[in-house]
Amino acid sequence: MVQTLFDKIWNKHVVKTIEDGPSVLYIDKHLIHEVTSPQAFAGIEKRGLKIFRPKQIVATADHNVPTINQHLPIKEDLGRIQVETLIKNCAENVIELYGLGHPYQGIVHVIGPELGITQPGMTIVCGDSHTSTHGAFGAIAFGIGTSEVEMVFATQCLLQTKPKQMRINVNGALKNGVLSKDIVLYILSKITASGATGFAVEYAGSTIRNLSMEARMTVCNMSIEMGARCGLIAPDETTFQYVKGKIFAPKEEAWITALSDWKKLYSDEDAKFDEEINIDTADITPMITYGTNPGMGLGINESIPSEKSLAEQEKPAFLKALNYMGLNEGDTVLGQKIDYVFIGSCTNSRIEDLRLVANFVKGKQKAAEVEVWIVPGSKQVEQQAIAEGIDKIFEAAGFQLRQPGCSACLGMNEDKIPAGKYCISTSNRNFEGRQGAGARTLLASPLTAAAAAITGVVTDIRELV
Amino acid sequence: MAERKIAKANILKIMSKNKVNIIHSRFVPLNMENVDTDQIIPARFLKGTTRDGFGKNLFRDWRYENDDEKKPNSNFVLNQPQYDGNILVAGKNFGCGSSREHAAWAILDYGFTAVVSSFFADIFKNNALNNAVLPVIVTDAFLQKIFAQCSDATLTINLPQQTITIDSTNESEPFEISSYKKECLLNGYDDIDYLLSIKNDIELFEKS
Repeated sequence: MVQTLFDKIWNKHVVKTIEDGPSVLYIDKHLIHEVTSPQAFAGIEKRGLKIFRPKQIVATADHNVPTINQHLPIKEDLGRIQVETLIKNCAENVIELYGLGHPYQGIVHVIGPELGITQPGMTIVCGDSHTSTHGAFGAIAFGIGTSEVEMVFATQCLLQTKPKQMRINVNGALKNGVLSKDIVLYILSKITASGATGFAVEYAGSTIRNLSMEARMTVCNMSIEMGARCGLIAPDETTFQYVKGKIFAPKEEAWITALSDWKKLYSDEDAKFDEEINIDTADITPMITYGTNPGMGLGINESIPSEKSLAEQEKPAFLKALNYMGLNEGDTVLGQKIDYVFIGSCTNSRIEDLRLVANFVKGKQKAAEVEVWIVPGSKQVEQQAIAEGIDKIFEAAGFQLRQPGCSACLGMNEDKIPAGKYCISTSNRNFEGRQGAGARTLLASPLTAAAAAITGVVTDIRELV
Repeated sequence: MAERKIAKANILKIMSKNKVNIIHSRFVPLNMENVDTDQIIPARFLKGTTRDGFGKNLFRDWRYENDDEKKPNSNFVLNQPQYDGNILVAGKNFGCGSSREHAAWAILDYGFTAVVSSFFADIFKNNALNNAVLPVIVTDAFLQKIFAQCSDATLTINLPQQTITIDSTNESEPFEISSYKKECLLNGYDDIDYLLSIKNDIELFEKS
């Protein structure tokens, strides 16, 4: 039988299918954090149940944690209670927790891969929409709500309807200054923030093959921004080399068996997709967003569309977005003055991102009026950056290297962008108020963000490299 | 505007397994596409450890000026006294973005029992169903007809028959829902009830 990569993993995990209904999907790994788990633990307790498979759960504290002075108690009461509740729930239920102070702590979608918890062929869920990140390893990985967290706690299973399937083929060499973030922002600008709703998206093509694991994670991470249930990439030598030797990766005999299974994970040659999209990298330049959803993106030199070019029902949201952003139709974003630069989040906070930025800013100084926050994705990324002397480069440039967490991606902790201020951000969402009430977010790659940090305005990175 | 009285009743019902059958009500029109869950409930209000009390911050940043509860934004539909009811009607791709179930809790806590749109984001749709908030998917043309109604118009959502009707004109449209989920909502079952009932199958699957 001809199968897609998605079919192969899905079929292996279906316990049973309800007639004219969803399938019971078995979940291999369940990642949890402090914000979307407390109600699920309470639900389990209320029903008088026990956690069914605690060994298949890994917890961390990331969404709410401060990114300075992590050794001190969390100042803000509600955030501290959430983190303490997670500690208590994990202790009572014997769940492995990499909390504050632990050398493995970090953003849940950064630590899973770097610890080797994320492996090809798995089903992985987390109460966080960016769980799609783990699909970069050839896994079915998707975000779930808290009621679903409770279901997985109770039975290690979820009821899921099989999504339709889309393949996005990206071919060609990347132009100078163009990163994987630009690829995914470009795709989003073409298919919109709802363009893949109801689909599992496989990314394929020569460009994707040539990306590092970190870069692939950036692409899969933003699958949810197209509305996709998940995004995935067939595992290959790049994947195997990345996973090999990681702390929780299979070892010795188990590695050999796993590898032979993983090598079967690809879409068969004649596999059928419900939709197929082809992207030529010749069309991709560094990208920037201008609006309040991630589909509202432009090539760095392009102009914001005019109201006239839009369908009637699109106009209210478009005009509201421009008003919120303080931008005008027909303008370019190039040259827009920037107040904050945020380099971090589960999209772009891995060691490769920090190396790229450090390599570019070495010997340069940030613009005087700009505040620059670099928030590493995990303790391991932070330690690696220090070991490589990257911290010194940032310090010399006037950048703040902070401690790991979700930080200003969603502004749950104190790292908020003030109302009306412009922040060029390597995160994944430019929604109204995402980085703080009234904050204006421009999404971009780490290099484009770094360029703005140096010049103080939105800049075409290609002019500086 | 104070939370509707129905909110508390709903929360009690969900505890004892909420049922959905026929919803007949006026509606609140939110004629905006791509309403994301950060708008429905901003991240800074996700710090609760229970499911209650999120309704007061529903659409917080659209509802109030400068985050001040004393300054309701009169341009926003929840603050416009002519609109009322248990049904929220919104533009396509409602509930996109973050997976936070707090969005569904906030909608329920405020007093909505159904949301009508031409298109829902996947995770939000599941979260709504898991909280007995009925997501009703209509065609774009029908959605525009609803938006064109005057503020005292009523809708009837009939889950057993899977139809939504604009009462004043009697225009009606069928809507899709999986027969499994329909059964759950009509009877007040949830997925955990079902999954627990097949635990033997799950254990056998693990051994295979």
